[in-house]
Amino acid sequence: MIREFSSADVMFIVLAVRWTLILSAIAFAGGAVGGLLVALARTSASRALRRASAGFIQVFQGTPLLMQLFLVYFGLAVIGLPIDPLLAAAVALTLHASAYLGEIWRGSIEAVPPGQTEAATALALSYPHRMRHVVLPQAARIATAPTVGFLVQLIKGTSLASIIGFTELTRAGQIVNNATFKPFLVFGTVAALYFILCWPLSLMARRLEARMRLAVTR
Amino acid sequence: MSEDAVIMRAVNKYYGGFHALVDIDLTVRRGERIVICGPSGSGKSTLIRTINQLEAIQGGTIVVDGVELTAGGDNVARVRQDVGMVFQNFNLFPHMTVLENCVLSPMKTRKVPRAEAEATARHYLDRVRIPEQADKYPAQLSGGQQQRVAIARALCMKPRIMLFDEPTSALDPEMVKEVLDTMIDLAREGMTMLCVTHEMDFARAVADRVIFMDKGVIVEEGAPDAFFGNPKNERLRNFLGQIA
Repeated sequence: MIREFSSADVMFIVLAVRWTLILSAIAFAGGAVGGLLVALARTSASRALRRASAGFIQVFQGTPLLMQLFLVYFGLAVIGLPIDPLLAAAVALTLHASAYLGEIWRGSIEAVPPGQTEAATALALSYPHRMRHVVLPQAARIATAPTVGFLVQLIKGTSLASIIGFTELTRAGQIVNNATFKPFLVFGTVAALYFILCWPLSLMARRLEARMRLAVTR
Repeated sequence: MSEDAVIMRAVNKYYGGFHALVDIDLTVRRGERIVICGPSGSGKSTLIRTINQLEAIQGGTIVVDGVELTAGGDNVARVRQDVGMVFQNFNLFPHMTVLENCVLSPMKTRKVPRAEAEATARHYLDRVRIPEQADKYPAQLSGGQQQRVAIARALCMKPRIMLFDEPTSALDPEMVKEVLDTMIDLAREGMTMLCVTHEMDFARAVADRVIFMDKGVIVEEGAPDAFFGNPKNERLRNFLGQIA
């Protein structure tokens, strides 16, 4: 039975935005923790840590996010956990975000002049103090714009979770379209909602980048 | 506690295949002021950077204030607390005010309470004659002022030894004097100092001993009068001729 595309359908789609946001927030928060660890490992003095983190980044940047989602989704069952689309999507997107943020933040840490680390070292500051008070605050300024840019990618990336059956924005669109068969209208609405989420962030990233450029040339 | 501030024995340092320091033997007495000069790439900066282990060494031993650096444990961390360093490019922390730059390590490393650390910082900023700049950011200061802040920041750790790595090389000529005057004050107060510099007037004024390095080797050393008045080594004569 094909029915009309009604206001109830629009509400259903709009309400699904919260799952896109929740998934994005989980992945970004998890990715921030993982990314920081990866970035610190990539820039550490230990060759083993550098190698391991480089391998991690290469695996997750070199394979499609969709495959990562599948592997985690079906992998959960293999290690005896219940198959839960939200859990699988959150884990896969967190690993994905850890790899990308780790690489972005590695570059930002390396962009802080080495003299800063040397001066902090000469002042007898320990590695955690050097990082926390000297290197990371300066790296954070460099990293802000590309990090916001990646957040936009991540929000759009959550749409892939629809394929393992997690009802976020894209999946909500598919469900409504199956009932109404108004694909242009339905997916147009879905796309517009993604745009409303992402566009302000893109603007912000561009503005931060401009401000950063000013700070560097000053 | 030993009489000597720094003892280096048969120290060797390589950068890949490049032999940067060759069998360096050097003893620095407590309170001694040493100036190290030499052409670029001669190993003079590398030499002083091994004393606080900014550069690791591949052979020999270094003992700083009775603590052997290469013996492991937390010896390197202990030595760094006792050795202050001033860099060519100042290396102030740009995201912190002058005062924050000065109190950071005393508070984090020596666990000094903030009030006491700030009092110490203001004392040393006063000594380097820029007490009014405490709440500014490094970028708001001239090069000479930044370098004096860097000296004050190092002194806030109450070091027994100060290392200077070409402290005036990045400065405009009119700012060199204010930094050298600060260093001369420090020398008069009995600080043990190792200075890599090409400021030969400074060497004549304060150095107990001048060392000339070339190709990673200490070629000649002596009191300033003999060193400048009667240089024995040909390379040193050439070098002095070039910088005079």
